[in-house]
Amino acid sequence: MSLNRTLWLFTTLVAALWMAAAGYAIFFFAPDEATMHEIQRIFYIHVASAWTAGIAYFVVALAGALYLIKRNPRYDWAALSAGEAGFAFTTVVLITGPIWAKPVWGIWWTWDPRLTWTFVLWLMYAAYLLLGTLVDDKQRRATLRSVYGIFAFVNVPLVWETIRWWRGQHPSPVIGGGPGAKLDLTMKAVVFFTWGATLVLFAVLTRERYRLEVLRGQTDELRQQVEDSASAAGSEGRGFSPAVRGSTV
Amino acid sequence: MASPLQSVHDSQISSAPSASTTSSLSVRLWPGTWAIFAKEVRTELRTRELLVTTAVFTLVVVFMFSFSFDPTTAESRRFGPGLLWIAFLFAGTLMLEPSFLREQANDTLAALRLAPIDPCAILLGKTLANFLFLAITEALLLPVFSVFYNVSLLPSLPGLALVCLLGTLGIVVPGTIFSAVTAHARMREMLLPLLLLPILTPILIAATESTAALLSDSPEWPAMGLKLLAGADIIFLTVAYFLFASLLEE
Repeated sequence: MSLNRTLWLFTTLVAALWMAAAGYAIFFFAPDEATMHEIQRIFYIHVASAWTAGIAYFVVALAGALYLIKRNPRYDWAALSAGEAGFAFTTVVLITGPIWAKPVWGIWWTWDPRLTWTFVLWLMYAAYLLLGTLVDDKQRRATLRSVYGIFAFVNVPLVWETIRWWRGQHPSPVIGGGPGAKLDLTMKAVVFFTWGATLVLFAVLTRERYRLEVLRGQTDELRQQVEDSASAAGSEGRGFSPAVRGSTV
Repeated sequence: MASPLQSVHDSQISSAPSASTTSSLSVRLWPGTWAIFAKEVRTELRTRELLVTTAVFTLVVVFMFSFSFDPTTAESRRFGPGLLWIAFLFAGTLMLEPSFLREQANDTLAALRLAPIDPCAILLGKTLANFLFLAITEALLLPVFSVFYNVSLLPSLPGLALVCLLGTLGIVVPGTIFSAVTAHARMREMLLPLLLLPILTPILIAATESTAALLSDSPEWPAMGLKLLAGADIIFLTVAYFLFASLLEE
C-alpha cells in the first residue's frame, strides 16, 4: 500500500471513529440539562457544525484570495471543496436548530437575528455553489467564484450587525459570551470534543472533494490532448488524401 | 455601438496625459474613469432604453404591490419603505446586468482593456454611471410612490436623499463587480440577482429601517441605520478596490 493510500485510510478512520466517539460522548457522557433534558443534546452537534462552517467559509475566502493572486487553479479547487463542505455543515445547523426549537420555543422557526443570519449565509453559499455550474470557461469560473467567496465572507459580520438590530430570542452564547454565560465543564468538554470531530470530518470531506476536482482537471487535460492529437492527425490526413487517392485509383 | 467607443478614444487622446511609463498609468485613473463614465452616459442618452425600461418596471412593481396591502396612509407607512427598497433592489439588479453585456455585442470590452488607461477606470467609470442611473430611477419613483401611497416625503427629504445615496452606492458597487464577472455565465439574468440579493441583505435592512424611521408619524433621524449603510459602503468599496485590478486581468 502506498503512503498516500495509508494516509487516506488513516484520516478517514480517524474521522469515523472520532465522530462515533463524539456521538457516544453526547449521549452518555454529557450531563442531563436541568430544564430541556434530552433535546438539549442536539446543541453539541449544532454548535460544532456552526463553528466548523465558519472555518470552512474562512478557508473559502482565503483560497479565493490566493487564487486571485497566484492564478493557480488548485486554490480555486480548494475553495470550492471547502465551500461545499461548509455548506453541508450550515445545512446541518439549519436542520438541527428547528428540531431543538420546536419543543423548547414551541415553534420551528422565528426571524431571530441568528436564525436569519444563518439563513442568509446559507443562501449566499448556495449561490456560491450554483455559480460554478453556470460558467463554462474555467478561468472565468474560478475568478467569479473567488470574488464571490471573498465578498460573501466579508459580508458575514456586516449581515450580522444589521440583523442584530432587531433583537432576538436566540440563546446568547454560553462560551465566550460574557460574564452571564455559564456552561458546565463536562458540557464544555463535550462541545469541544464534538467540534474536533466535525473539524476532522470537514477536512476529510474537503480532501475528497478536492481529489475529485483534481481528477476532473486531469480528465480535462487528457481530453484536450486527445482532441488536439486527433485534429492534428485529421488535418495531416486531409493534406495527404489527394495523393493517396491518386495512387490507389 | 461603435460611436461610443470611438468617443472614448477621442476623449482619451485629448484628456490623457502624455505619459508612457507604467508607473504613470495610475495617474490616468481619473481621466480614464471620467471617459468611461461619459461614454456610458452618452450611450444611455442616445438610446435611453435602460432608464426608460427600468422606470416603467419599478412603476409596475409599485403598482402591483398596492394589491398586497391596503394602500392607506397608516398601512403605507408600515409597508412602504420595504416596498420602495425591494423595488430599488430589483431595479438595480435589472440595470446592472446590461452594464457589461453591452460590451459583448461588438467585443468592445477587449478594446476598452487595450485603451491606455488604468484597468480600474473601466469598473470605476461603470460603477459611477450605474450609480447615476439608479439614483435617477429612484428620484423618478419617489414622487410617484408619495402620490400613490399617500405618504408625504417633503418633510424628511434631506434624510431620505442621504439614505438613497448611501443605499444606492451599496447596491451599485458589488452589483457592478458581479455584473462584470457574470457577463459570460449561462442564465446570467438569473444568476446576477441570485448572487447579488443575499449580499445586499444589510443594505436592504438598513435602508428600509432608516426610511421607515424617516417616514413614521413621529419622524426621527436614523443615526444607526445611516451608520450601518455607510459602514456597508465603506466595506464594499474597500473589497472592490482590492478586487478591481484582478478582475480585468484575464
